[in-house]
Amino acid sequence: MSILHTVNKSTYERDTLEACVRLAAKGGSVLLIEDGVYSAMSGGSKSNVIENAKDLSFYVLGPDIKARGLSEDRLIDGVKVVDYKGFVELSVSNDSVSAWL
Amino acid sequence: MSDAKKFMYINRKAPYGTIYAWESLEVVLIGAAFDQEVSLAFVDDGVYQLMKGQDTTDVGIKNFSPTYAALGDYDVNKIYVEKESLEARGLTLEDLQHLVWEDEDEDWAEKDSIRVVTSAELAEIFEQQDITLSF
Repeated sequence: MSILHTVNKSTYERDTLEACVRLAAKGGSVLLIEDGVYSAMSGGSKSNVIENAKDLSFYVLGPDIKARGLSEDRLIDGVKVVDYKGFVELSVSNDSVSAWL
Repeated sequence: MSDAKKFMYINRKAPYGTIYAWESLEVVLIGAAFDQEVSLAFVDDGVYQLMKGQDTTDVGIKNFSPTYAALGDYDVNKIYVEKESLEARGLTLEDLQHLVWEDEDEDWAEKDSIRVVTSAELAEIFEQQDITLSF
């Protein structure tokens, strides 16, 4: 059983990502979308939420980081950028999708 | 202008994820059109509203960030950004749009609109306002 978790809230405003990371099983995937993409930037006081979650794979939706003026160069190491097609591929390659709000 | 009140708009939300940032900007422009003394504060995720290089082409949402550059033309030139909020997000002034206004008292000299201030300084600025609106 593998789950794709999506998180659409900034970790600086809500504790959604922290809850997701705490409750996601080892080997799960987390895709950050909408305001969730801010959480994937390095050098912030909350960057450690992702940096410490070694057992999970993290992805960000490229169009959402571009919309917000964020640079791929400043993503936390290991976070992969996907486009909408990649979002669909992650959705079908996992057994289910869990959308955290 | 003696009737002008000091309006402070506090912006605490990231753009696009919710409508707050865009709504605030609309209200700011309306207030400015009525010759009020308008200031803006960007704190918490609100600092993300001013990020430069925003490009919403691929998400199908209007990119309203160029509007911030027009604020100077509406005599909205006191834009405060909280230092602590920038630092918590790993950002510096360099990551934000360079917003300017032209000072007609100094032969239209171009001046910076954004002032990075500490929480303590911002608290004092809030104390001087007649009306505070939070978005």
